[in-house]
Amino acid sequence: MSNKEKHWDKTRGLMFITLALWFFFGYVIFMFGESLNSASFLGYPLAYYMCAQGSLLAFVIILFWFANKQEAIDEEFGFAEREDK
Amino acid sequence: MKGKFIDNLPKIYGLYTGGFAAFIILMAIAEQAGMTAKTIGIMFVAFTVFIYALIGWLSRTVQVDAYYVAGRQVPTVFNGMATAADWMSGASFVAMAGGIYFGGYTYMAFLVGWTGGYILVSSLLAPYLRKFGCYTVPDFIGTRYGGNLARFCAVVVLVLASFTYVTAQINATGTIASRALGVPFELGVWVGLISILMCSMLGGMRAVTWTQVAQYIVLIVAYLLPVFWMGAKLGNPFPHLMLGDEVARLGELEAQFGLVKNAAADLKAAGVPGGLSSISNSHAGVPAGGMAAWKFISLVICMMVGTASLPHILMRYFTTPSVKSARKSVAWSLFFIFLLYSSAPMLATLSKLQLMDPNLATSIIGKSIADVQAIQWVQDWTAAKQVFIADFNGDGILQLNEWFMRTGVVVLATPEVAGLPYVISGLVAAGGMAAAMSTADGLVLAIANALSHDLYFKIIDPKADVQKRLIVARALLIVIGAAGAFVASMRLTSILGAVAWAFDFAMSGLFFPLVLGVWWKKATRQGAIAGMIGGLAAGTAYLIYVGPKFMAQTPWLGIDHLRFGIIGAPVCLILMVIVSMMTYKNDAEAKAISAMLDETRIPVGKTVLGQK
Repeated sequence: MSNKEKHWDKTRGLMFITLALWFFFGYVIFMFGESLNSASFLGYPLAYYMCAQGSLLAFVIILFWFANKQEAIDEEFGFAEREDK
Repeated sequence: MKGKFIDNLPKIYGLYTGGFAAFIILMAIAEQAGMTAKTIGIMFVAFTVFIYALIGWLSRTVQVDAYYVAGRQVPTVFNGMATAADWMSGASFVAMAGGIYFGGYTYMAFLVGWTGGYILVSSLLAPYLRKFGCYTVPDFIGTRYGGNLARFCAVVVLVLASFTYVTAQINATGTIASRALGVPFELGVWVGLISILMCSMLGGMRAVTWTQVAQYIVLIVAYLLPVFWMGAKLGNPFPHLMLGDEVARLGELEAQFGLVKNAAADLKAAGVPGGLSSISNSHAGVPAGGMAAWKFISLVICMMVGTASLPHILMRYFTTPSVKSARKSVAWSLFFIFLLYSSAPMLATLSKLQLMDPNLATSIIGKSIADVQAIQWVQDWTAAKQVFIADFNGDGILQLNEWFMRTGVVVLATPEVAGLPYVISGLVAAGGMAAAMSTADGLVLAIANALSHDLYFKIIDPKADVQKRLIVARALLIVIGAAGAFVASMRLTSILGAVAWAFDFAMSGLFFPLVLGVWWKKATRQGAIAGMIGGLAAGTAYLIYVGPKFMAQTPWLGIDHLRFGIIGAPVCLILMVIVSMMTYKNDAEAKAISAMLDETRIPVGKTVLGQK
């Protein structure tokens, strides 16, 4: 496998992991909203909290994590940009 | 000189923020000195719009690169702010907290949907489109798939989605301008339009970028200040972490007053104006049953996938200096959006509690109607036909189902309801104006750029020189803005309805052609064209089938007119895959596309279009 192919392989892998996390916080939780709401977090009903803040915060964290991870992959295979500001 | 400007950005916007704070303080002093509420409102809107216009004028340009993609030198964090302003529309600012106020948990599907889509943007599209180096979204479709027909289809989807969206934004600017300046709505729309054009006409993307950053600062201050102030007044200096008890208290109050859905006949008999609602949904409770969960999830799907297909958002990531910064910039965008979106439910909670909790001096529910009608803000907003009281049971006491408000009032009136000084209301009006203007700017520019670059330059007159292209681009900007204002002044749909439709249109026609264009080498031109046409046609046909103002048929599986992308996008995907598999040939063209995509997939090096 060439360098480029390996790079793309890892990039694609990261994409699938990211989308799996996205699917969990965006959909899976809310499929069980009714039962989750009996639990509580910071005093809020859990499903309400996830919808108002929790999932949103998770998305922000996932995005920063994803950007760093992808940069590391680019670095590893020598495709990182140098002339960045 | 240019490099210097970019390096000085933190200083420039720091000064700007300081200046804005000084202006707020000045207005607060003026209020104490006896300046009228109306003058303060006018000052806020006029001052901020003047600043945006000034930035627009200072950023004027005659270079194609600067006009279309801000010279591709917008730093990561600033692009994040600009995207956040581009993204958060009048609907987000004015209507979202109100929607949560009336709709509760069910409505909060919008919060999840309007944030999670950025994961799709970052992992599937933005970095690759940035590396591709296109000026517009149809530019990518046209180059990747080849041929004018594919490009033209993408332009059609873009124009349809963005135009639907922009009428809603111009509607919102008109509403706010008319209230703040005290002019009729129809005139307010044109005032709003002129403000929007002043920001974008001379400098294109460059001017829009720098005004959007300025608008973000105004809108976030205007949104957060009242939330924290009100939180502090009720003893919760950091409301986001501390409102658990308040949410529980709302649950108790709902049980005490009862959540009653009024019959349509009663509403008509009492003369409740259209568009006003009473509280009839639980604030934090999850509605029971699989259907309710599906309705929540299907709305989230539409908003997320729509996010990743809306050209005015994607094109913001064409302006970053590198692929790496495009990725980081998506993360910053969502962070800046999160600051506002996570505050909306808190604002709704606080504002609802102020009206409902009998232990608070501001409460009105359960009080005598004569007393409530004597309150100043109730009188003002009743006169504006934004709130309404109907004594259904004739007991002279205001019940929960007898109090009606328009959703936008929740944000705009909350400072008055909570007894905050009027300067905060002026600030909120300026924030709403900033939110609606920044989105309208981005949208009008996206449409005008697609028409001038893709339709005029690439299809009609490829030999046009730079000067002619930019003149056409500016003329189109005015024409589209005017058309938008004209449609907006007819008020065809609600703001929220139009926004959701825009997402559904974009998702039906563009999502899969964009994603498969990057991720599937065997996607062919014929496949993309079939997908775009078929997806858009299926989605539109379904919209006409269920749309309340069209055929108004019973939706299938709860897929109503806000969710028609659920029909359009799969049709697009299936057609695209089938036709691509039928037409794919391993010929020279396919090899060239494969090489082009290999180049797109690595961040390093020149843009794909720049190599030609």
